[in-house]
Amino acid sequence: MSSGVAVDLEDIWIRFGDFVAVKEANVAIKGGDFFSFLGPSGCGKTTILRAVSGFLDPSQGQIRIGGKDMSGIGPNKRPTALIFQNLALFPLMKVWENISFSMEVTGASAKQRRKRADELLDMIALDGQGDKLPSELSGGQKQRVAIARALCANPDVLLLDEPLSALDLKLRQHMRTELREIQQRVGITFIYITHDQGEALTMSDNVAVMKAGVIDQIDTGHNIYDHPATPFVASFVGENNVFRGRVKEIKGNEALISTNRSGDLLSSISPSQVGKLAVGDDAMMFIRPEALQLGPAKKSSKTTISANVINEEFEGNSFSVFLEGDGGKSVKMSVPNGGQDKISDRGEVLSLHYNANNAVAMPAGELASE
Amino acid sequence: MKSKFFLSEFFKNNGAVMGSLLIGLVGFWLIFLIILPQLSMLDYSFRFNLPPAEQGGPKDVYTLSNYEHLIYGSDITHQTYNSVDLMVFVRTIIAAMLVTIFNIFLCYPLAYFLGQSKGSGFVRLLVVLLIIPYWINEILRAFALRIIFGDSGLLNETLMFLHLTEAPIDFIRKDIALYAGLGYAYILLMLFPMYNVIESLDRNQIEAARDMGASWMRIHRRIVIPHAKPGIVSGATMVFMLSAGALAAPQILGGPSSLWFTQLVYQWFNDSLNWQQGAAYAIVLLVSTIVIVLTVMRFFKVNMGDIGK
Repeated sequence: MSSGVAVDLEDIWIRFGDFVAVKEANVAIKGGDFFSFLGPSGCGKTTILRAVSGFLDPSQGQIRIGGKDMSGIGPNKRPTALIFQNLALFPLMKVWENISFSMEVTGASAKQRRKRADELLDMIALDGQGDKLPSELSGGQKQRVAIARALCANPDVLLLDEPLSALDLKLRQHMRTELREIQQRVGITFIYITHDQGEALTMSDNVAVMKAGVIDQIDTGHNIYDHPATPFVASFVGENNVFRGRVKEIKGNEALISTNRSGDLLSSISPSQVGKLAVGDDAMMFIRPEALQLGPAKKSSKTTISANVINEEFEGNSFSVFLEGDGGKSVKMSVPNGGQDKISDRGEVLSLHYNANNAVAMPAGELASE
Repeated sequence: MKSKFFLSEFFKNNGAVMGSLLIGLVGFWLIFLIILPQLSMLDYSFRFNLPPAEQGGPKDVYTLSNYEHLIYGSDITHQTYNSVDLMVFVRTIIAAMLVTIFNIFLCYPLAYFLGQSKGSGFVRLLVVLLIIPYWINEILRAFALRIIFGDSGLLNETLMFLHLTEAPIDFIRKDIALYAGLGYAYILLMLFPMYNVIESLDRNQIEAARDMGASWMRIHRRIVIPHAKPGIVSGATMVFMLSAGALAAPQILGGPSSLWFTQLVYQWFNDSLNWQQGAAYAIVLLVSTIVIVLTVMRFFKVNMGDIGK
């Protein structure tokens, strides 16, 4: 099938009256990419999707699909197909009519439409269900019908607006894998909108993290998780422990941060912030719960944190130990379940150490609200 | 809910006293306000118009003469048809259908606009403005239209001012005023059922169809109209029934040569004091309109239950 078509957003601004929904978005999506916009609700990610699909015009800037400027081209004329959050299947049409609706529009005969619908039903493992009504299908089946309906028109770009959010956890996880497989099979560009970082990380080639209309970081899921560019990204994607402080010393891409509570701590600087962090700046340092380890410091006290245990939770595959932290927030450590009864006692002082490569420092900024 | 559990459930939710009271009131309404009056009309329609002294006497027997009169103009000879009354009947039914169709076309765009721009203050104002004229009595509204459509009424004055016509147009004699009046009289009963169903249509379905390349025509034909069908049929049923049974508008706005079937019924009851004959005419009108409505519903594959929604 097609090798995928690139989507470029150049200096996109979208305003509703005085409200700026999207601010200066510059995104280059490669052809055949599975690209996610990740952000909390109201961050403008759906607005971007509606602009790409043509349901609203950006106030400023240019959207190009396959290099072609899309301004003035309506949603019915763009090479995109949109899957809605509520799927928006047509309840009064049979499944096969739903799937082949885009062919009905171009005047294809009922026989051709039925044939194509049956092919697509085969692909989504729903063969023989074409004559049912959407209401007779389960949630996951409806989901797959919506995907088939969108693919029927052979779009260059598939746009997905949180299509999994209505499903229960197990099905959602299953559909992640399935969506990824379908994308690899058809090879077209997928643009996926989600507030669920798990979905974004598991499925995407690249992720754009958004906050209040601004894109904070565009990178692979790996880099976003390991090297967040801003405090918002660090705290929104996955769990993270934050340490506030002031930069005491900078050596190459490492910084020594004098933290408010845990003394001087050594950390790598987020790659995008190297050179932007100077001695004396307010800084934030992030360490993932799984990067903290029990035991005395091996090399220096600059990668060791000592704190009182507040409590401990058993999570099944791991234990979560909460220790007294900075500004009323606890520090969370995750210890894999190795068969032990417990990790710590309440009130006990623990020494935790970490590898400076696993800590990320950056200029202080706004955290994601919990 | 299963219907056989409905009553026990109903009593459980409302208590024995309130439950009995509510069911009693519904029963009273059904029996005394709907079923018994209709049955007595049915009974009347099969009896002779006798002086009070002979009512209940040996001459008071059931007869088809009232129905024969509508068809043949006489209950003695069947040589000629009662072409005057039958023409009035056919004309009434056809005109009521036309009024209904006209109202569907008039209300659909409006209902779509109202239903899809939900919640805005402007729309709420528009709905209030639509309702306010109906606070005025039906007869006064008909007279107001008669004034507007009169020889020196607003409409003729405007047309003549714009030089669209030299002499006033006789809207009354041409029955234009009558159709406008009938259309206007029950238009809200068409608008609101349509508005309700269209408002419940998920906007995403329209956008999904648009995204797949559908033209506006196709979106309405394939998505909006099928969804709105129960509302359209429900509105059409009410407008058709009420137009065919209207009295005030034909009385006030009808031209001198055009009679509405209800006016014949009214004349039998009021002028000729022949309730039996009037009842027969009314029953024929009622049964015919019900048959027509059921046929149309079957044709458009709409169930009674869909309308009640």
